[in-house]
Amino acid sequence: MPAVSKGDGMRGLAVFISDIRNCKSKEAEVKRINKELANIRSKFKGDKALDGYSKKKYVCKLLFIFLLGHDIDFGHMEAVNLLSSNKYTEKQIGYLFISVLVNSNSDLIRLINNAIRNDLASRNPTFMNLALHCIANVGSREMAEAFVSEIPRILVAGDTMDSVKQSAALCLLRLNRTCPDLVPMGEWTARVVHLLNDQHLGVVTAATSLIATLAQKSPDDFKTSVSLAVARLSRIVTSAAIDLQDYTYYFVAAPWLSVKLLRLLQCYPPPEDAALRSRLTECLETILSKAQEPPKSKKVQHSNAKNAVLFEAITLIIHHDNEPNLLVRACNQLGQFLQHRETNLRYLALESMCTLASSEFSHEAVKTHIETVINALKTERDVSVRQRAVDLLYAMCDRSNAKQIVAEMLSYLETADYSIREEIVLKVAILAEKYAVDYTWYVDTILNLIRIAGDYVSEEVWYRVIQIVINRDDVQGYAAKTVFEALQAPACHENLVKVGGYILGEFGNLIAGDPRSSPLVQFSLLHSKFHLCSVPTRALLLSAYIKFINLFPEVKGTIQDVLRSDSQLRNADVELQQRAVEYLRLSCIASTDILATVLEEMPPFPEKESSILAKLKKKKGSSKLPDLNDARRNINGSTNHTEDTETAEKVSTHSFTDKLNVNSTPSTGASLLVDVFSDVSNTPAPNDVSEEHFLRFVCKNNGVIFENQLLQIGLKSEYRQNLGRMYVFYGNKTSTQFLSFSSSVSSNDLLQTQLNIHTKTVDPVIDGGAQVQQILNIECLSDFSDAPVLHIQFRYGGALQNIAVKLPVMLNKFFQPTEMTSQDFFQRWKQLGAPQQEVQKIFKAQHQMDSDVAKAKLLGFGVALLDGVDPNPANFVGAGIIHSKTTQVGCLIRLEPNTQAQMYRLTLRTSKDSVSQRLCELLSEQF
Amino acid sequence: MIKAILIFNNHGKPRLSKFYEHYNEDTEQQIIRETFHLVSKRDENVCNFLEGGMLIGGSDYKLIYRHYATLYFVFCVDSSESELGILDLIQVFVETLDKCFENVCELDLIFHVDKVHHILAEMVMGGMVLETNMNEIITQVDTQNKMEKSELFSFQSTRQDR
Repeated sequence: MPAVSKGDGMRGLAVFISDIRNCKSKEAEVKRINKELANIRSKFKGDKALDGYSKKKYVCKLLFIFLLGHDIDFGHMEAVNLLSSNKYTEKQIGYLFISVLVNSNSDLIRLINNAIRNDLASRNPTFMNLALHCIANVGSREMAEAFVSEIPRILVAGDTMDSVKQSAALCLLRLNRTCPDLVPMGEWTARVVHLLNDQHLGVVTAATSLIATLAQKSPDDFKTSVSLAVARLSRIVTSAAIDLQDYTYYFVAAPWLSVKLLRLLQCYPPPEDAALRSRLTECLETILSKAQEPPKSKKVQHSNAKNAVLFEAITLIIHHDNEPNLLVRACNQLGQFLQHRETNLRYLALESMCTLASSEFSHEAVKTHIETVINALKTERDVSVRQRAVDLLYAMCDRSNAKQIVAEMLSYLETADYSIREEIVLKVAILAEKYAVDYTWYVDTILNLIRIAGDYVSEEVWYRVIQIVINRDDVQGYAAKTVFEALQAPACHENLVKVGGYILGEFGNLIAGDPRSSPLVQFSLLHSKFHLCSVPTRALLLSAYIKFINLFPEVKGTIQDVLRSDSQLRNADVELQQRAVEYLRLSCIASTDILATVLEEMPPFPEKESSILAKLKKKKGSSKLPDLNDARRNINGSTNHTEDTETAEKVSTHSFTDKLNVNSTPSTGASLLVDVFSDVSNTPAPNDVSEEHFLRFVCKNNGVIFENQLLQIGLKSEYRQNLGRMYVFYGNKTSTQFLSFSSSVSSNDLLQTQLNIHTKTVDPVIDGGAQVQQILNIECLSDFSDAPVLHIQFRYGGALQNIAVKLPVMLNKFFQPTEMTSQDFFQRWKQLGAPQQEVQKIFKAQHQMDSDVAKAKLLGFGVALLDGVDPNPANFVGAGIIHSKTTQVGCLIRLEPNTQAQMYRLTLRTSKDSVSQRLCELLSEQF
Repeated sequence: MIKAILIFNNHGKPRLSKFYEHYNEDTEQQIIRETFHLVSKRDENVCNFLEGGMLIGGSDYKLIYRHYATLYFVFCVDSSESELGILDLIQVFVETLDKCFENVCELDLIFHVDKVHHILAEMVMGGMVLETNMNEIITQVDTQNKMEKSELFSFQSTRQDR
């Protein structure tokens, strides 16, 4: 018999709904609704008391009207009155109205709370359930305050019915979600854990959901749940399906509960107890094996339920990341799913593999599926699946497959859904830069990107390519040639014009020897695009033109004519007009020498750039794994990318304002042509910054930072809070005097705002065999990631010597170690739980894995080591505070050695993501 | 957590909407429309998951849906839910409706909105899955109906108390 017989509905309601459905037009519908609203309003306001049935009918009508999208601004009071009815149906409809049409009207909330309080106290399970549902559905702060202490009591009371327990558990969970500060932990927590042993699987499921959430807040309180959850899971996994009767779903034993238990276990590290751990491993193995068994039913529900458990088990395996065996099995299983005919499974497999790719154990195994994933990108009909394929390609990318993956992403971009193009563009740009070994490839890739998806190329991307070209003289000629060719396309994207204008303005001379790209040809090509471009692009082109006047005196006349034309000199846009006037005057009055100085090519950004590239190279070298979170953040443009943007902005300010600044630092005074074509000069290039020993100083303060045949530089440094003093010792190793000895410290623009360094001058003569000392006073203003550079110049036997050394002033030098209790540590650890605050890196040990050495290094790094915090004594846990003038940043560190695999896992949490990032880079190079 | 449960027909007419997070009426309607546009343009036989629309929270949320004849059942969930688990939950929901209404069709949902809400309330509470066992759910619904019947009877026999 059907549970709802169709005849017993409310006639008035049915008539009204039919009327609405028969309305021919929207207007007619609105008219009918307004009529009904007026009718109900008058009924509610009328003198005659309505009976329960009528109230129920009208409230149902209001619900229906609300569903159609009409505002309901009355009836709340009537609904509240229904709550206190003794009749179940009236009460029920009242609660329904309240929870669908939540209204934070405070007078009403008080009345509602009263009704709820009565129902909770009624000991009638049905009424209690209605009340708990209402609290959970509304979930407002007022309700939480009113009932948060009552609900745990109901949950653990011995005489509470199962169905009420279920509701109470979820109700508490909901309140914890909305107002986590209100839910008290107390003696009830232990009893909640024991609900995992409850007979009623519905209660167990609800309790598992609750514990999984609360355990994230206070893991210690719910630690005992791990063993109970493993036991429960093991019983489900190994039981014959029929044992669980009603909770068997299409031949799968309690799939929802299994999923929840596996989720709960993801809140904790692998169990320490060996027996428990092997029991869990056994469960996971069984789940993996069951996937290979023939299905017990052909129904899709059967495979869905089975696979829901399987995917959750795989997630747990990835989370634990400690059993290479299981990881490889998981990877193989996902590999099978990649080719499965069920689209849902392909989607989920791609998604899970993304996380698997970041585990060192399975990264290689994931890479073997590259062809399948590329194929998915090409053939999947479903954009959701293709998007996951892009994510996975991005996650599995490393130096070995970057070219292939970037090429595939580029070709996919041509047909990709508009909604995901921008994301793909950023991913390609990041991968191309991250894994570029050959910068001509990088330039080609970015130009292709602009050609294929110019509209989706954000400024950061094209700023970046210019920045890289300016800083790498081996690619400048190639870049000039390539943009010149690309600009010849009849229609090219404005972003290409920007890049082209900038690069030809700087390096057009490198290709001017070829008559096909003579100065005049270059100029006419650029100018043919001028009128189609927006104002900022035109401004950039004008700057390129004045640069041309310097590079190619032969086109001076032509360009002056252009600048002189009315459309420039009298342009309505004030920026364009000013540029035209100023550039024209400049070209007329300045001598060639002055022009050459003023319009010299953009100076490279020595420290900034070398450090970014160094960082880039370091990243490539040590962590081949693109961290998925890292990637996400990049896409959102918040962490790494802001840094890029900052530098990129610097490029743009340089280009628009500093271009005429005569005082802008000239690089060497030599023109670029000389730089490119001349032999390597016998003096070391000043841009060649030595950073050979830099990393050695991360965990120590004293030692030799630089040494060649002539000179040895030693350092001694001490730091207190945000201040430091560094003694630099220059030792002349020869028997001849060094003359005109000078040394200075430079920081790039960004670093100058983060770090103050005062140097005392040194004696310009250093006798043979003698040593002089220089003192640097350092002040940390805010957190930073670059390092200042020490420039030394002197004459030795007539030859000028230039030496540049990266000074080991790193962020961790400003650490103040902090001792804390285990409890404090975990509390802070949790407080720093936002994804961007945590940085994790898994890396291979570069040195022998010695616990004492590691300990000494961590102490040298500056943190206090906390004993007895980590349950595993082999792991290290540390804490400290970074002091800068403006802020103090608390920092927690966890280092987990895995001697078997010769790997480390380093996890850092700080309140500032840039700090987490930088500290992780520094520390991960030390082991 | 489940953020919203939406049922609409092939033309985008909402048949049930249940939000477990508070939005104003306008936004709710916009979310329904946006969700309909996202879901309805997808072919049959593609996968049942997609990223949420902008209004509901973008890629942090997933839409998990099933299309039955004239109706779309869409659950919007965050990352704490198992995709396949929710997909099965939709199936349980529909099977339960089918048992309760005997061959459920769109009209049942229209004329018995309150019943559908009550059935849903037995399965999902405040955005969390309460019960997945169909027999248990139906037992609860039956109990409700019995009480309703008895109240009807007691009303007719003028006894006010149950």
